[in-house]
Amino acid sequence: MNKFWTVLGHTYMSKLKAKSFLITTGIAILVIIGIANADKLADLFSNEEGDEVAVIDETGELIAPLQQSVSEVDDSLQVKEYDHSVDDGKEAVEEEEYDGLLVLDWNEEQEPEAAYFQNDATESNEEMIINQQLQQVKIAIATEQAGVDEATIDSIYDDVVFERIALDESAKTEEELNEARGIVYVMVIVLYMAILIYGQMIATEVATEKSSRVMEILISSASPVTHMFAKIIGIGLLGLTQILVLVGVGYLLIANKISEYSEGFFDAFGFSSTSTSIYFYAILFFLLGYFLYATISAMLGSLVSRVEDVQQLILPIIFLVMIAFFIAMYGLGQPDATFITVSSFIPFFSPMIMFLRVGMVDVPVWQVGVSIAILVVTIYILAILGARIYRGGVLMYGGSRSLKDIKNALVLSKKEK
Amino acid sequence: MVLQIQKVSKKFGNHTAVNQLTLDIPERGMFGFLGGNGAGKTTTFRMILGLLDQTSGDIRWNGKKITQKTSDHIGYLPEERGLYPKLTVKEQLIYLGELKGLRKQTAQQELAAWLERFQINHYLNKRVEELSKGNQQKIQFISAVLHRPKLLILDEPFSGLDPINVEMMQDAVQELAEQGTSIVFSSHQMNVVEELCESLCILRKGEAVVKGNLSDIKHSFGKKNLIIHANEALDFLREDSRILAFKPLANGCRLQIEDESYAQHIMQQLQDRKIFIRKFEIEEPSLNDIFIEKVGETYE
Repeated sequence: MNKFWTVLGHTYMSKLKAKSFLITTGIAILVIIGIANADKLADLFSNEEGDEVAVIDETGELIAPLQQSVSEVDDSLQVKEYDHSVDDGKEAVEEEEYDGLLVLDWNEEQEPEAAYFQNDATESNEEMIINQQLQQVKIAIATEQAGVDEATIDSIYDDVVFERIALDESAKTEEELNEARGIVYVMVIVLYMAILIYGQMIATEVATEKSSRVMEILISSASPVTHMFAKIIGIGLLGLTQILVLVGVGYLLIANKISEYSEGFFDAFGFSSTSTSIYFYAILFFLLGYFLYATISAMLGSLVSRVEDVQQLILPIIFLVMIAFFIAMYGLGQPDATFITVSSFIPFFSPMIMFLRVGMVDVPVWQVGVSIAILVVTIYILAILGARIYRGGVLMYGGSRSLKDIKNALVLSKKEK
Repeated sequence: MVLQIQKVSKKFGNHTAVNQLTLDIPERGMFGFLGGNGAGKTTTFRMILGLLDQTSGDIRWNGKKITQKTSDHIGYLPEERGLYPKLTVKEQLIYLGELKGLRKQTAQQELAAWLERFQINHYLNKRVEELSKGNQQKIQFISAVLHRPKLLILDEPFSGLDPINVEMMQDAVQELAEQGTSIVFSSHQMNVVEELCESLCILRKGEAVVKGNLSDIKHSFGKKNLIIHANEALDFLREDSRILAFKPLANGCRLQIEDESYAQHIMQQLQDRKIFIRKFEIEEPSLNDIFIEKVGETYE
């Protein structure tokens, strides 16, 4: 047990002090700060005065209601009357005095008609707003001409009353579903990243020790099993440290802005009022998922002789995680599909998918139990198998990297009595 | 207090790396493992350390099986140098020492003493990859002895070292042996084994073809070397069928003879021809002779 802690401590500390780790964490913190201040950054790059569109109104009637209509939606967009000719206006747009030139007129049916000139052919934000608002103006004029009063128009455009009511009493309400979707989304992404980053780290660690041949000394001092699990947990703790630092930074930044965001973001993602059981499941499935993939990573890392080969061997793992991730993304929209239910029992997918189901639909307790049991048994089998392969694999050197290696490693570590 | 290897075999698939090896390695002193490439030396060491399990047979140390618990009393220097290239000498040795059950402070004191002894204390905070091969080998050696093991296994400890460093390392090994450490080591360098070991074994294809006490081995080998320095050509001795090997030297020749007594007969021949003899000496066979004879057979 003592040696377990020595290996764990060494793995944790040497990685924590490594420049690469500090730099990655630093960059991640910068990214978080950047995202939290995205609005300020956006302001920095956009021109402060707002956009200006020149309008030549041949009718003389349309510009006033349009100006009013636009100012109601976006006050940074200025719609200005332009007194000169159309050609002058085009020139002004070319010289970037205005973002665009709008020419308004009546068509034969006495309906508003517009031409919008701008420097390029892409659809711009201003164009969209003006188009929509002009539509409004047109409707207003048309209805007025037809003699329909405003109340009638409002009632025409009113949304129909449509309420979804779940008959199953334990079913989640729309609100709860949104909350759950937020936390499931976050957990799935964090688990996905964690497996990719830390799984890779474990495999590389093991392969490095093997290629520098220090492994032979290590496993003659501490058993390969102790060594493997100390490594997995050491890197796990490192990952936890990194995640905590990032979450901590994120929390501090968001806490400052809580008033700005609390209505929009937090309600949409539902962090304010989620039940505690979902956090419990999040942690449980996260740990199980990590152990599952970390064990396989350590096992694969022990098979290669050179660090360069790690990438190649770990590719199947990356595919598995990616498949799980895409299933989860699909499941966010359709959590009760049969396909999702089935995948929530498959060990490589269940950490993400069963958690998704627990969060989003009403899952019978036995199903959760069975899924966790399958997962735990799989981890246990993989750990035993992994430890055996690890024991044999670390003494095996050579070029070939194939499934045959797994067999060879098992043979090499075989206990014969 | 001995290391007993009894009828130990190790098979890798169809290949037998070690075959029915039986050895008693006495406590204290040094035991040499000789053998060509692929003779099974490293495999035997790995089985002693428990890194590999033997296919059959039994390995006991002080009557007990070697387990993780006993591993704290064993030091190991692997054939392939294995250190963390990115760690400093200090971090490295403290970690490896702790893995052998040393406390951090003890490890620190011990390693300072060893670095001093090998005159490399200025490398304390250097990364191992910055060190020369020879100095890395010293670090590797320190990692094997830092925890004062009772059994020390050295796989090719002196390869890749210059003569001064070989000398330095040999002294250290000898001192440890005098202090009571049992040392098992393998080497290609016959003279080193001859100089250091009281007992040894020669492995050939996983079998011990020669084993036991060095002087007993030499004695039972029987054949002797005869060195003659003379003023005239001695080529006529080539014709003698009872001379097993003839090797011309600058001012004479070296012969291998079946028996000491035949030297008398050669002396007689030389006198008959009135050859002026400057030197006539019977010499014990060197380990090299024995090795070539015993291991060379397999290539015939």
